[in-house]
Amino acid sequence: MSTKNYSATAEVAHVRTRRTWLHRMWLGLKKAPLTAWFGLIVILGYLFCMIFADLIAPHGEAEVFAIPYAPWSEEHRLGTDHLGRDILSRLIFGARNTVGIALLTTLLSFAIGGGLGLVAAINRSWLDQILSRFVDILLAIPSLIFALMLLAVFGSSVLNLIIIIAVLDSTRVFRLTRAVALNVVVMDYVEAARLRGEKLGWIMRREILPNIMPPLVAEFGLRFSFVFLTIAALSFLGLGIQPPTADWGTMVRELSTFINYLNYDLRLGLLAFIPGSAIALLTVAVNFVVDWFLHQTSGLRDEH
Amino acid sequence: MNSVLITVIQRLLLGLITLFFVSIIIFAMVAMLPGDFTQAVLGQAALEETVQAFRKELGLDQPAVYRYFQWLGAVLQGDFGTSFSGRASSGIDRSRPVLELIEPRLYNTLFLASMTAIVAVPLALYLGITAALHRNGFFDRLINTVTLVSISLPEFLVAYVLMALLAVLWPVFPPISEVRPGADFFDRLYISVLPALTLTMVTIAHMMRMTRAAIINLLASPYVEMARLKGVAQREIIIKHVLPNAWAPIATVIAFNLAYLVIGVVVVETVFTYPGIGRLMVDSVTTRDIPIVQACGLIFAGTYIFLNMSADIIGIVTNPRLLHPR
Amino acid sequence: MSTKSDLLLDMRGIKIEGFSDERWHPIIKGVDLQLHRGEVLGLIGESGAGKSTLGLAAMGFARPGCRITDGQILFDGRDLKPMKESEKRKLWGSRMAYVAQSAAASFNPAHRLIDQTIEASLIKGLKSQNEAKADAVELYRALQLPDPGSIGFRYPHQVSGGQLQRVMTAMAMATRPDLIIFDEPTTALDVTTQVEVLLAMRNIVEQFGTAAIYITHDLAVVAQMADRIKVLRYGEQVEEAETRRMLEAPQEDYTKSLWSVRSIQKPEETSEDYVLTLDGVDAGYTRSLKVLKNVNIKVPRGRTVAVVGESGSGKSTTARVITGLLPPSAGSVRFNGEPLPAALKDRSLDQLREIQMIYQMADTAMNPRQTVGEIIGRPLEFYHGMSGRKKEERITDLLRMIELDDSFADRLPSELSGGQKQRICIARALAAEPDVIICDEVTSALDQIVQEGILNLLLNLQEKFGISYIFITHDIATVKAISDEIVIMFQGEVVEQGLKSEILAPPHPDYTQLLLSSVPEMDPDWLDTLVTERS
Repeated sequence: MSTKNYSATAEVAHVRTRRTWLHRMWLGLKKAPLTAWFGLIVILGYLFCMIFADLIAPHGEAEVFAIPYAPWSEEHRLGTDHLGRDILSRLIFGARNTVGIALLTTLLSFAIGGGLGLVAAINRSWLDQILSRFVDILLAIPSLIFALMLLAVFGSSVLNLIIIIAVLDSTRVFRLTRAVALNVVVMDYVEAARLRGEKLGWIMRREILPNIMPPLVAEFGLRFSFVFLTIAALSFLGLGIQPPTADWGTMVRELSTFINYLNYDLRLGLLAFIPGSAIALLTVAVNFVVDWFLHQTSGLRDEH
Repeated sequence: MNSVLITVIQRLLLGLITLFFVSIIIFAMVAMLPGDFTQAVLGQAALEETVQAFRKELGLDQPAVYRYFQWLGAVLQGDFGTSFSGRASSGIDRSRPVLELIEPRLYNTLFLASMTAIVAVPLALYLGITAALHRNGFFDRLINTVTLVSISLPEFLVAYVLMALLAVLWPVFPPISEVRPGADFFDRLYISVLPALTLTMVTIAHMMRMTRAAIINLLASPYVEMARLKGVAQREIIIKHVLPNAWAPIATVIAFNLAYLVIGVVVVETVFTYPGIGRLMVDSVTTRDIPIVQACGLIFAGTYIFLNMSADIIGIVTNPRLLHPR
Repeated sequence: MSTKSDLLLDMRGIKIEGFSDERWHPIIKGVDLQLHRGEVLGLIGESGAGKSTLGLAAMGFARPGCRITDGQILFDGRDLKPMKESEKRKLWGSRMAYVAQSAAASFNPAHRLIDQTIEASLIKGLKSQNEAKADAVELYRALQLPDPGSIGFRYPHQVSGGQLQRVMTAMAMATRPDLIIFDEPTTALDVTTQVEVLLAMRNIVEQFGTAAIYITHDLAVVAQMADRIKVLRYGEQVEEAETRRMLEAPQEDYTKSLWSVRSIQKPEETSEDYVLTLDGVDAGYTRSLKVLKNVNIKVPRGRTVAVVGESGSGKSTTARVITGLLPPSAGSVRFNGEPLPAALKDRSLDQLREIQMIYQMADTAMNPRQTVGEIIGRPLEFYHGMSGRKKEERITDLLRMIELDDSFADRLPSELSGGQKQRICIARALAAEPDVIICDEVTSALDQIVQEGILNLLLNLQEKFGISYIFITHDIATVKAISDEIVIMFQGEVVEQGLKSEILAPPHPDYTQLLLSSVPEMDPDWLDTLVTERS
């Protein structure tokens, strides 16, 4: 009967043209909204400043000149601060320190939270229970408050800062990783792999990880901006990155006195906003890119 | 027994248990203090007996479990111990009880937070629901971009911009929010405007985006489509079909943002030198005045736990499946 | 016989588009539809045919993300297409009503059923509150709902799915509309419940002379309900005819293919050599609640055992026990006469290889990030240690066996059609070279014509390699087509096991009788006959 002219091969399916990963990215980018382009360019600019800080900066990071509060000049494009350090140079080195430390912290937080979240999702037994309850308790204390308490005990140093923030932030990464991984763990293909007799490591690496990457990548962006803002806030409060290391949060506090000059010299007054704007620009850029990325990967998470 | 009541009691118990564990963590901080700590508090020149007396006061010579329950018992009676500051290497002790230091600050912070919440919560809900109704329209897209920018701004930048505009360029409000003794309600209101405005701007964007997402989620449910096909008008759909199911998500949104507010005060109070509990905590962390840090931490964490618990309980008591069991 | 005033709905040249992947795609490509007063039109087609979209368009409604781009929708002489929503709203819920597939999701959980039933009447000011409530109770009674006087005071989650579906019909009927759209109203129900709901719906539509569009993918169901049948495919009309004519003499190949699964007839064979036996198996997910109670099943070598039951009968749990995912609390599973370790982790690689599984949803059974070659290749490496050329050649072999060519090895699952996906899953199971394959509802998510292809393929493979199948399904037509033996399950117990001919022939135990008689047949008189028989 009708089986005669039926052929499995001929069934309609939507076959995509094979493209390299880079090519697909480029195609996506071409259709990206202005905000995403803006975000990407800003991020690239910051990365450039981070990597080539030594070459771009006119002066050293903690180099002290004779005149504090020097006005803008050829020598000091943005003048000097209350100790006579070149503000432009400190801004550029600040990119390396502030962004670098935040990036390192986020990576550490993902290594801890992501790893444990994945294990908890697959294991689903006592280990999952213990980890989840423990995370619930840690999350019951607002993270900035928790960080303040721990800094009071251990004292402020860059290492302490990185470890404390990373551990506290990893709780959120744990929750998200566990949640998205659970959605994948219940899939039949994971059951099929278990029925085949595959080892846990193989299932994690080959079946689960590739399928939870998009939400994790987006989360990395969001967590990075959160960590970045937290560290900036702590430094602003005088409890984060300590002088003489140049860092934007500290600079916000140091330069905030320039606000009072606004009425007399607009340029001098605006100086107070430069480090704060440098922080804001990066987080806005990251958020724009993440927003676009989430739209691209079909709204895995609509909002947050 | 009534299943709603059971669930509510379960949730209350869970809150208490969480608070219990949190108190253990906060208490354990003293035990984690590095060895050179006494010098930091009492000064390098501290006499051996002063150090010993101080260690004894902290109870470091007693077992931890015993100390914990003693501490907990005292805290439950409102006694958070005595501040570290005011002690001298010579052994003269001019330290004050923590409670005495915290109480006026806590009152100031609560004043600031409620002032913000009264403005921010209704405004954010209104904007969020409006954006959800005009999804993908011009208003929605505009609001989406604006809020995306504003959730990315650090609190201190917003604070300084407002200060520059409203206290320096057009000096309408004071740049420094000192509460003078004997200030009346309107004085307080006046000096709190800038910090409250900052906090409003920071929380409103978050709250609005979350409200919008929650409402869009509900609008996509099949029973809303059914209501449309029954000829129910848009406004009626929102009132009769969406809102009765929206209490739980909206309560969560509000709780989340009030909690965010609690954290935001730390930075904002510092910028405006507002004498609240947030600034007290920052100052105490700087001087490593552990008893005050513990007390502040406990208050912040307790508020946070209480807010989340309240949201869950609102979700429970408005859930028809629990209200009307099979 | 149709005069102009008799024509209730006249849709012409309807085109509808849907938005996805940043683009508008056509869903309905120019379809005409006419409906007379009091007439029931059956709209049938497979998934993606656009039948729900067309049904909603009959009310002038397009779901968010869809738009009606062309055509006219004349309802009682007025064109709905250019109308504003505020104007259409006057018709919705008063002169036209909708009955959705998922009753549980379509009722607002926060309101009592009766308040939702009478909502439209009150908004339109057609009745007073008391009149409307009294009328709703009458409708509940007419729809044979238990306890019609008080059922309306319950909340949606407090009544069963079949009852909810009837309440929704009452809700649609409350304003005595001229037109009701039934959108797959019984698809989510079990067969035994479906019969009651179908009967109730048909009676009430007849009683009030309401015109209706009945949307379904099940030809046997539509045969009971509709006066006329329209077949849709890929957003276009295939053919349309009176129900009896359509059933007796379908014109188009596609329409004929919709019957085709019934054309497979496997002669039953038996064997005394049992490859797999379940002896007195008890199992459950919690200690107190047993899902399986003393289950005994024997699977003859090289034959097909169909395990049949409704949702909650324990058929899928049986599969989990056999595969070792759920160790039984009592009883044993024997394979080739040897007891099989209860838990998955205690089984040897060979034992794992011998029993393979194919899932209902091929979509979720394949990792979307692996190519077909990787999916089929993995069991080859894993069980048989193959690699390189040898593996590639074997993959090509396997693809040929499932009637696909080797160009498919590079594709991702998202680039395959539903039937092709299921074939790849079959190839993955074959790659292990198993003795037993458990097929869990493998055809129920597929279109009819594709189902036939898959079933034929499975039968051929059985003939070639002597594989035994455990075929879990709720679809009696499939059972008739492919099984040698049948196991009937009900509430975790085996009602009976035997040869196909024995089980399908009377006399039956009560439950088997109920189950078999509830399966709709292609005969338009089937429902009437059943009612006479049962009363």
